[in-house]
Parts: sequence; C-alpha cells; structure tokens
Amino acid sequence: MSVSKWAADFLSQLSTDITVAEIDIPSITLWQIESHAWQRFAELALQQNLRWAAGWAEQVQNRFLINACFEKQGEYFLLRTIIDDSSPELTSQATVYPAANRSERHTQDMFGIKFVGHPDNRRWTRHQAWTENSYPLRKDFPVQGTPVGITAPDMHYPFIKSHGAGVYEIPVGPVHAGIIEPGHFRFQAVGELILNLEERLGYVHKGIEKIAEGRTPESLAKLAGRVSGDTTVGHCWAACMAMEQAAGLEIPPRAALIRGILAERERIANHMGDIGAICNDVAFVFAQMQFTRLRELWLRTNAMVFGHRLLMDRIVPGGVACDLSEASCALIKKEIAELRTELADVILALDLNTSLEDRLYTAGFLSEQTAAAFGTVGYVGRASGQDFDVRRDAPYAPYDRVTVKVALENQGDIASRVWVRYKEIRTALRLIEEFIDQLVAGELRSEWQMPAAGSEGLGIVEGWRGEIISHIRFDADNKIVRFYPRDPSQLNWPALEKLVLNNIVPDFPVCNKSLSGSYSGNDL
Amino acid sequence: MLKILKKILTTGVVTERFSMRSHVARGNEDELEQLGIEIKRHIDKQFSGSIAVRQVDAGSCNGCELEIHALNNPFYDIERFGVHFVASPRHADVLLVTGPVSRHMQTALLRTYEATPNPKWVVAAGDCAACGGEFGESYASCGAVSNVIPVDAVIPGCPPTPLALMKGLLGLMGVKK
Repeated sequence: MSVSKWAADFLSQLSTDITVAEIDIPSITLWQIESHAWQRFAELALQQNLRWAAGWAEQVQNRFLINACFEKQGEYFLLRTIIDDSSPELTSQATVYPAANRSERHTQDMFGIKFVGHPDNRRWTRHQAWTENSYPLRKDFPVQGTPVGITAPDMHYPFIKSHGAGVYEIPVGPVHAGIIEPGHFRFQAVGELILNLEERLGYVHKGIEKIAEGRTPESLAKLAGRVSGDTTVGHCWAACMAMEQAAGLEIPPRAALIRGILAERERIANHMGDIGAICNDVAFVFAQMQFTRLRELWLRTNAMVFGHRLLMDRIVPGGVACDLSEASCALIKKEIAELRTELADVILALDLNTSLEDRLYTAGFLSEQTAAAFGTVGYVGRASGQDFDVRRDAPYAPYDRVTVKVALENQGDIASRVWVRYKEIRTALRLIEEFIDQLVAGELRSEWQMPAAGSEGLGIVEGWRGEIISHIRFDADNKIVRFYPRDPSQLNWPALEKLVLNNIVPDFPVCNKSLSGSYSGNDL
Repeated sequence: MLKILKKILTTGVVTERFSMRSHVARGNEDELEQLGIEIKRHIDKQFSGSIAVRQVDAGSCNGCELEIHALNNPFYDIERFGVHFVASPRHADVLLVTGPVSRHMQTALLRTYEATPNPKWVVAAGDCAACGGEFGESYASCGAVSNVIPVDAVIPGCPPTPLALMKGLLGLMGVKK
C-alpha cells in the first residue's frame, strides 16, 4: 500500500532510531517494531502530531501481540510489537499519550501485561470477579472462570484522596437515580464547587471480548450489535467491515447505501434524544417533550420500514438484512421534510431561551488542548476544535460518493456540543436523501467467503458518538479468535473528569449528558 | 416564550387515546390504550392508584434503557396509568431490572433489592434479563436476573418495545392477582 508524504517522512525519520518492518496486510498498513522501542515510537509520533486512536493486545500461542492504531490526516496505520509471554513487559505509551492510559490498564487487567512507567497502573476493568493474578483474555483462562457465589463489591479501590478544611467527598453510583447505565463517580467538592472527579467504570463488564472467541461471523455481528445498544448500527458495521476485510469481500453498492441510511438514522435518533435530555437536565421540559416525541416518530418509522425500532441486526456480514422499497423511500423523504420544519420551530425556541443560555453556555468547558490530549472524538472533540470525522477524512462506502459537511465549534462548552449535534442532524438528514437518490438496484448481500486462518481486519466507521475502531482476527474454520471494539466513549470518558472541574455539583448531570458516554461500550 | 407556547399549541396532545383510531398505520395505539387501562385497573385495586418503579441496569447494553425511557414520552406517557419511575429503591414497589447481571453489579443489585421495602415485585426486562441473552453466563456475567434475585415477571425482547414493556407490567399484575 502506498504511503502519503507525511508517512514517508515519518518513516525515514524513525529509521535513525527504530527499525520498522512494513508489512502489507489487506486494507491496513502495519508497522512492526521491536518492543523496547514502543515508548520511543510514541514520543516521535507525538512530535509529528499523530493521534493515538486505539490500543489492544492478542495472544498467539506463547507470545503477545501488542497493537496500537494511529491516525494523521485521515490515514490510519497499525503499530505492532511482539513480546514473549515469559516476561510480558513493555514500556508505556500512556506517558506520552494520555489517551492510551485506560486502554493500557485494560490490557494489564485482561492479559497481565505490565506497562513499565505507566503513570497510573491501578486496576481498571477488574473489580472482584476474577483474582489479581488471573487474566481473562489469556487462552488458558476458561470462559466460565471460577466464580464464587456472590461476587464481592470492589470496596478497596484506591481512589485519589483529598484533604483540607471544607473538602468533602460525594460517592455516586453504581446505581444512579435515573434510567441510566451503572458506573461510579467520586467527587471531591468544596461547597458546591467540584474540585476533582474520579470515574470508576467497569460495572457492566460482560466479557464481550472473551465470549466473542470461537463465534461465526453471523454470531459475532449479533454480539457487536450489542456492545452498546444505542450504537448497534455503528458497532455492527465496524465489526462487519473488519470481517469483510479479512475475508477480502466487497459488499454490493446497494448494501453500502442502506448501511449509510441506517447509520444516519441512528445518529439522528440519538442526537434528538440527547438534546432533549440535556435540556431536561436544566429543567427545560418543553424541549424534552418535543424531542422525545420526534424521536418516537422516527423510531416508529424504523420499525415500519426496517423491522426494528433501534435497527438491531440489520447489518450482516457481507451486506444488509433489509431492503428499501420505492414506497419506503418516499415515506422516509416525506418524514425528513416534516422533521426539518419541526426542528426549525423547536430549535428557534431553544435558541431564544434565556434560561438555557444561562445554564448551557460556558458550563462544562473542555479546552482544545485537553480535547486533543485525550484524543476525544465525535461531537465532544468537534465542539472543542478537533476537526475530524471518519466519514469525511477516511471515507468508506457509501460516504466516498458524497460530500460530508462536518460541524465544528471551538467554545468547548455544553452549548457547543448541543449545536454540533444539531448541525449533525441537519447533515445526516441531507445524507439520507442523497443516499436514497443514489440507490441502485442490486444485491443486498455478497456471498461469504471463508477467510484464511490468521487473517485480520480493521473496521473504522463514524458512529453517532464518533470514530469506532473494530479489530477482528480469524482462526481456521471461519471462527473468530479475537474481537476488540473501541467505542468512542473510551476516549471521551476521561474528558468528563476535566470538563466538570470548577462546575457546581448540581450541574454534573447536564455535563455528563452533554458528553453522553457509553458505559457498556467502555466496559465491554 | 411565544414561540414555545405556539409550538405547544400547534403540537397538541399526541398521547394516544382510546378513541384515536386514525393513526393505526403508525403503530398499535388502540392496543396501547387498552393495555394501559387494564394496568390502571389492577394498580387501582392493589396499590391505591399507583406503583413506583425503580429501574436497575444490572449490565445491559443500554438498548432496554432507551425503550424504558420511551415509556415516558408523550405518546405512551405511562404515568397517566399510575406507573411512575422513582430515584431510590426505598421508594419503590417494583424493580425493573435489565441486562444480564454482570458479576461486577451482583452485589449492587442485591443491595438494591434489599433496600426495596416489602411487598416488592421484580420484573426482568429484555432477553438478557430473562435468560442471559447474547451474553449468557461467563466469568463476567451471572446471566439471567433470576440467578441473583427472585423474579416475578419476565418481559422478553431485544429490546422489548414500549408496548411489550406495558404488556409485561400487565402480566405482573396477573401473577400477583
């Protein structure tokens, strides 16, 4: 695969320091380096403004493959090193890229790989469901584990402490007050002001990576669609894209267009629901009622046209499992026209509302520097000046045949995130219309071809929360041997700890909602 | 302010009423209304007009939560039937539990159950809560909710639609009648 100018320059600069083996595997550029250069590579990559996008490990016999995915100017490459399982140690990239912090802690808990020099090597994904010296993603760990009757609560997690007159702690969760996923938040506050927030996630760890092993492509697609139920289209698409790459399969043009329509419909449904919920968190119920009404209408059309309100299991390996009739296309177009008029009314009412202005502007501020350091993606990044969207910058079918206008703001507050999402709804509506106009007659699904043992793929799509990266490796007999989905929330969650600082405790729910991270997608 | 009032007035009441037959193409509004009314009748008899529901996500993918949220949208508006969601298990008559119970949530669920005053009912909502679903039992998941706390009613579906959730609540009333 040809490399761009920056990559060629970067490689030549690296060659003075690090031996890089360039390996071409289908659809991905793979750079393999020696393990001792792992951290040095990150330092050089940061100098070149590469973005750290994902990190995960794999076990192959008695060796570990450590992977990291980097991106610059829409070009992705995979960095890999191989270490022996007798001394699973590696220098940490988290010292250079804060974005890699939790990912390395996850790998440490799941594989028992030690990241030397890691700034915070406390356990992360592991609570008390397995012991300190056992590692669920190692091949010798049975999928059933060795559970005791009742798993103990994770009582002694070493939270950061604060001392001083008037400083107090508020523990929140894992069971929250609303209809929401579980997680723990530990606040330190003085009066109403938040001094520090520490997130403790991992409560909904369901062993997704482990139970993916040995699945068939069909069965994996179903699991991927449940990594995060609100992003079922996004995750399913990324996983199917990775499997299709591994199998060397092209999907039919009609299937790609329908996938695009499904993904944009999912984006609109979630954005509408969240904008309403953000307004509700500052007691502006009018918007909540209007947006939940519009969302319900939208979901009913999903059920009628595609057969599922949240669009689960509509994407399958090789294509899609649903079609669009002429009548459905007309119905969708009519609905889009109506939604535009409705949104114009509602958004105008929001924009003119002084109490919203008072609560949403300047609250939950995330600076461009922090947004970049944590590698935030999606609307969280784009509201803080991170001008990146996979659909535009690394386009995949069907986005390679349309122009995607990317909304960008740089105030970095809750209002910015709301505006970015509103603009994304507008863009998504237009994209659906364009995809419908371009619909060509044809197959919905390519016939599956069994991938070679050991073949791998990297699916990268823009879900509604932002970039999703999904890595899949096949074993013999069409079976999955490794599945790692990186939900955008894994990069966005750490930003929440920063953007709530100096806000008041009662504003935490609206700050949290403006980020709207997935707990399930983070905990896996 | 005028914009808001105008939008409220022009939107009108979308809550699906018994007589509203014109929207049948959109969904099953009649069924919804009948269901709701039946729920209300049971609730009236047993809980003096209302039940307080505490929703607990014990490990779900968030799909079920989205549909439970929808119960409060203006179309379903489940509160008009006396079913309302509360912030604490100590205020609850019913625990509506979703997800396979992740092992990391097992104690939290047990404590939530203990915190709910008697008499209490548990509804397991969604395929995962019903039988473990796509996640089953593993080192990280206890599977079905009934593996951890006693369950009175099950609402299948991945995720169950708002209508199915209403039916499920009705089933619960039947069980306890």
